[in-house]
Amino acid sequence: MSGTGPRESVFPTRMNLTLTKTRLKGAQTGHSLLAKKRDALTTRFRTILRKVDEAKRLMGRVLQLASFSLAEVTYTAGDIGYQVQESVKKATYTVQARQENVSGVVLPAFDGVRSKEASDFNLTGLSRGGQQIQKCRDTYVKAVGTLVELASLQTAFTILDEVIRATNRRVNAIEHVVIPRLDNTIKYINSELDEMDREEFFRLKKVQGKKKRDAEKANETRSTQNEDYAEGGGQLHKDDGIGGGQAGGADMLDEGKDEDVIF
Amino acid sequence: MATTTTNPKDRTLLAVIGDEDSVTGLLLAGIGHVDQNQKKNFLIVDGKTQTNVIESAFQEFTERKDVAILLINQHVAEKIRPTVDRYQAAFPALLEIPSKEHPYDPAKDSVLKRVQKLRGD
Repeated sequence: MSGTGPRESVFPTRMNLTLTKTRLKGAQTGHSLLAKKRDALTTRFRTILRKVDEAKRLMGRVLQLASFSLAEVTYTAGDIGYQVQESVKKATYTVQARQENVSGVVLPAFDGVRSKEASDFNLTGLSRGGQQIQKCRDTYVKAVGTLVELASLQTAFTILDEVIRATNRRVNAIEHVVIPRLDNTIKYINSELDEMDREEFFRLKKVQGKKKRDAEKANETRSTQNEDYAEGGGQLHKDDGIGGGQAGGADMLDEGKDEDVIF
Repeated sequence: MATTTTNPKDRTLLAVIGDEDSVTGLLLAGIGHVDQNQKKNFLIVDGKTQTNVIESAFQEFTERKDVAILLINQHVAEKIRPTVDRYQAAFPALLEIPSKEHPYDPAKDSVLKRVQKLRGD
């Protein structure tokens, strides 16, 4: 029925029916495209999810190793914490963002970059423990590399999560709001047009019936009048049509063969 | 999307909030940076550090435009857990790292919590 569910407020005309049908088709195409996008993203999301889980656990071990090597440093060179903190000037380990495209979603990924410049800690451990410090530094650089990798995974995770949610919302909105609404509109227009058709048919029938009745009435009146007139001694004149009289209405071509005309 | 309005290409630094050992190690790797205003990209937390100091450092690092990754010791994150859990933005990426005295506990990580919830276990 037309009265059920929400629908667009349009005038039930044939043009609006065509327009709404086009819109419904568009909505269906959009829905299937978005659903595909969602599936692609979800696939990607699942792989990232697994990787994040693995990388997080790996990070625990890597950092444990790194702190162990720092303990070695403390053992040989004493506490270098203060020295290190004070000599920090400029970052030599930076990250660079790279962009990856997954079905229209830009995912950033970080790459660790170690600059070639001399590090700020050249003099640290000059007297003793220099080797351990070097080793510790390498371990930590590796650890930071793992961290950077994990960070890009995590960023991708966060962004994908958000995008998937937005896409899901859209898919559901189209599926449960837009398409039923357009469907209802089409049904409404169709039923309204049918109703109009029926009305029109009925109207024509009615007009026809009325005309017939009128004609009969007129005929009747005329014949009674004629009878009255004839009874009163009047002469009735009938319209004989073209050609008139007895032979009136006969076909000229049907009158038999003409005689030949000789000049 | 709100999270990608700032260009991630400008973000090059790593920031750290953690205990002395973790910070020292990471600084040795070369992630430390002091800018023109003498602002450091790391904060050392010891037993005497006030929670609000950690909190304000966390806010500062997450709002800085040049920080790509923020590392925070898990036991430090535990102190400001509500703030950390509320943090959902993509940039800077927030990583909880274990420290020497506090081994890594995946159950407490705000991201891993979400991961586990999504994987359904």
